Amino acid sequence: MDNGIAFRKGLRDGTPIALGYFAVAFSLGFMAKKCTLTPIQGFIGSFFTRASAGEYGVYSMVVQDAGYLAVVAMSLVTNLRYLLMSTALTQKFSPDTSLLKRILTGCCVTDEIFGISIAYEGYLNPWYTYGAFAISTPLWALGTTMGIVAGTILPDRAVSALSVALYGMFIAIIIPPSKKDRAVGIAVVAAFLLSWGIRRVVMLNNIGLSSGAITILLTIVISAIAAVVRPVKDN
Amino acid sequence: MTHSTWIYILVMILTTNLIRVIPLTLIRGEIKNRFVRSFLYYVPYVTLAVMTFPAIVETTNSPVAGSIALILGIVAAWLGLSLFPVSVICCVAVFILEFFF
Repeated sequence: MDNGIAFRKGLRDGTPIALGYFAVAFSLGFMAKKCTLTPIQGFIGSFFTRASAGEYGVYSMVVQDAGYLAVVAMSLVTNLRYLLMSTALTQKFSPDTSLLKRILTGCCVTDEIFGISIAYEGYLNPWYTYGAFAISTPLWALGTTMGIVAGTILPDRAVSALSVALYGMFIAIIIPPSKKDRAVGIAVVAAFLLSWGIRRVVMLNNIGLSSGAITILLTIVISAIAAVVRPVKDN
Repeated sequence: MTHSTWIYILVMILTTNLIRVIPLTLIRGEIKNRFVRSFLYYVPYVTLAVMTFPAIVETTNSPVAGSIALILGIVAAWLGLSLFPVSVICCVAVFILEFFF
């Protein structure tokens, strides 16, 4: 397919994604505001990162004054799925695709953009992914900035209500697979309980473990146990 | 604060994009190791669950409102509603409940 046509198709398929991003980014902006980020920091961070859970995790560490290595660990854990997605994408390119194009396509990867790119018929034309990136990324960054600005303007009660928006979306991501796959469901329930229990113990005993560090440790331990007890089927 | 927010953001940008790019430059074939594939399968759900609870209860002005929003969100997602409606339900629940609690 012609690159121009592929790009325009990417723009079109990326439009509903972009609108969804704007809403999610807006709630991310609320969290970022609580974590002392400025509108311009939110814009730059979101534009170049494009990872809701990852950004949220890192922004929460800003306010805790965590170490930079902990930020690396947090980014690794919350975005580990991108490693898997990019690996899947390696199988989707025609063999003559240049390394530069592969790298640029990799930088575009988010849950949604990966989803439409992997569904592209035949070999992936990178320009399709670039098109989806071009429409969705500015709205993701703009949404974050506007969320931060609105968090300053809106009354406290409205901010409190909107601050659960991001968690609502997290819930909507984890519940359907929990319903479909019992092992995921059990892992999620264990995660809820352990997260609550460990944070309580850490708080009551004044243990010097940041919230981000607890998230990383629990994610690795619970996922590793689940992987041993209920490994995925060989396809 | 001893650390710079800008450096946090820079570290986040570099790490997140390296994760995206490394497989495309290094790994040519499919991941065969079953443990690694299984581990990667569970990670996104577990990490989101750990980040959601108890944070959702602690971020609202009223913990009761946050708890009920969590339950309503789970029920709504269980019934098959997508990201945006589930999120709106949680927000509206907190907004209304905080009149009472």
